[in-house]
Amino acid sequence: MVELWNDYLWPLIWIVIKILVIVVPVLIAVAYLTYAERKVIGAMHRRKGPNVVGPFGLLQPFADGAKLFLKETVIPSSANRAIFLVAPMLTFFLALIAWAVIPFGEGLVLADINVGVLYLFAISSLGVYGILMAGWASNSKYAFLGSLRSAAQMVSYEVSMGFVIITVLLCVGSLNLTDIVEAQRGMWFVIPLLPMAVVFFISTLAETNRHPFDLPEAEAELVAGYNVEYSAMTFALFFLGEYANMILMCGMTTILFLGGWLPPFDIAPFNWLPGPVWFIIKICALLFIYIWVRAAFPRYRYDQLMRLGWKVFLPISLIAVVVVSGFLVAFDMVPAAG
Amino acid sequence: MSDALLSDYFPILVFIAIAGVMAVFMIAASWIIGRQKPDPEKDSAYECGFEAFEDARIKFDVRFYLVAILFIIFDLEVAFLFPWAANLGAVGLFGFWSMMIFLAVLTIGFVYEWKKGALEWE
Repeated sequence: MVELWNDYLWPLIWIVIKILVIVVPVLIAVAYLTYAERKVIGAMHRRKGPNVVGPFGLLQPFADGAKLFLKETVIPSSANRAIFLVAPMLTFFLALIAWAVIPFGEGLVLADINVGVLYLFAISSLGVYGILMAGWASNSKYAFLGSLRSAAQMVSYEVSMGFVIITVLLCVGSLNLTDIVEAQRGMWFVIPLLPMAVVFFISTLAETNRHPFDLPEAEAELVAGYNVEYSAMTFALFFLGEYANMILMCGMTTILFLGGWLPPFDIAPFNWLPGPVWFIIKICALLFIYIWVRAAFPRYRYDQLMRLGWKVFLPISLIAVVVVSGFLVAFDMVPAAG
Repeated sequence: MSDALLSDYFPILVFIAIAGVMAVFMIAASWIIGRQKPDPEKDSAYECGFEAFEDARIKFDVRFYLVAILFIIFDLEVAFLFPWAANLGAVGLFGFWSMMIFLAVLTIGFVYEWKKGALEWE
């Protein structure tokens, strides 16, 4: 009995506790990201933003959540019921499980697998299925067109994201996320690879269907894109998944280019703060830029969006792979095989 | 080896199970607790206030297929590059030039697509 407890049950319970320690803060962060977005955009428009529910409107996200939870789940009569219901679950599910490999600090990672980047890349590419399934199963023209656009947009930018990740991997020589962060002890990759960092950040904007690339949701023409037929919790799961993905993409940018949990300088006032705090500060800064971009830029046209993805980012990142690898080989700076 | 592999990936398996249960639970709980009052008008597909003319499974632009095909080619290329990038030190100069030739061939294909207008969205 004691053996069973020591060998199997306790490790399992410990894993579950660790998972909850990741999932619960992520969900709370999503709730407050929606609040922060409304407040920041409000301030940029010189409005107040939500300020009624609770002090400074701080309970607004929970009021929204409770409202969505209690609403009726409308399933259109012409929809494919099973696929219609699975789509939001899939989106939410994928947005959560990607967090399994994110290192929050030195050794603070649930699964320190040696192909961490590949896992993240794979999970984020699967995200497109949730959207395609939603658009197809809704059997509504708006949802269908929105999901087609969204899928084409996401796959277009994924290619250049892949190439950008390759340039980082060339400088690290490992697919492990902890190794990638450790390799930035001397200098964050944002400095030598600045153009790549910019391409990656803009691609993540497109990948998460954010402004100025939010064509799938273009309110003016497609009403709400792929989630037009969704209501109540099915809609809420899309919403949660989308925002969790935003935080995840900022986390990925932080790990690949901004040195993850490392402080900017390894000297006195900076290294007093523990690693996870730095990680969160960097993610928040990137999220603020997401919101700022939404308040500041007009929406792209669809042909401009595709042109940017295929004719600008793809050639740039392809050339960057050649240049970076050529540079490393020519100056004998290739990291030792791990 | 297999033990190390198991201890690395087992937490991910548990995470997948928990995330799946959470997703199903949230929709099921809302379905049970929220008041469900379906009626035919409410359940019809949305189309700006009038009845939908036809089924939504209509013909759509062939360019979406083109994008999907191009995506497969380039994503495969990225998948080939991943192990190469991580082991550039081990494969040495020979590996480097082999990959450059591979990239050159793909670039020729890319230029051809560009000239053919497969990337135009006017």
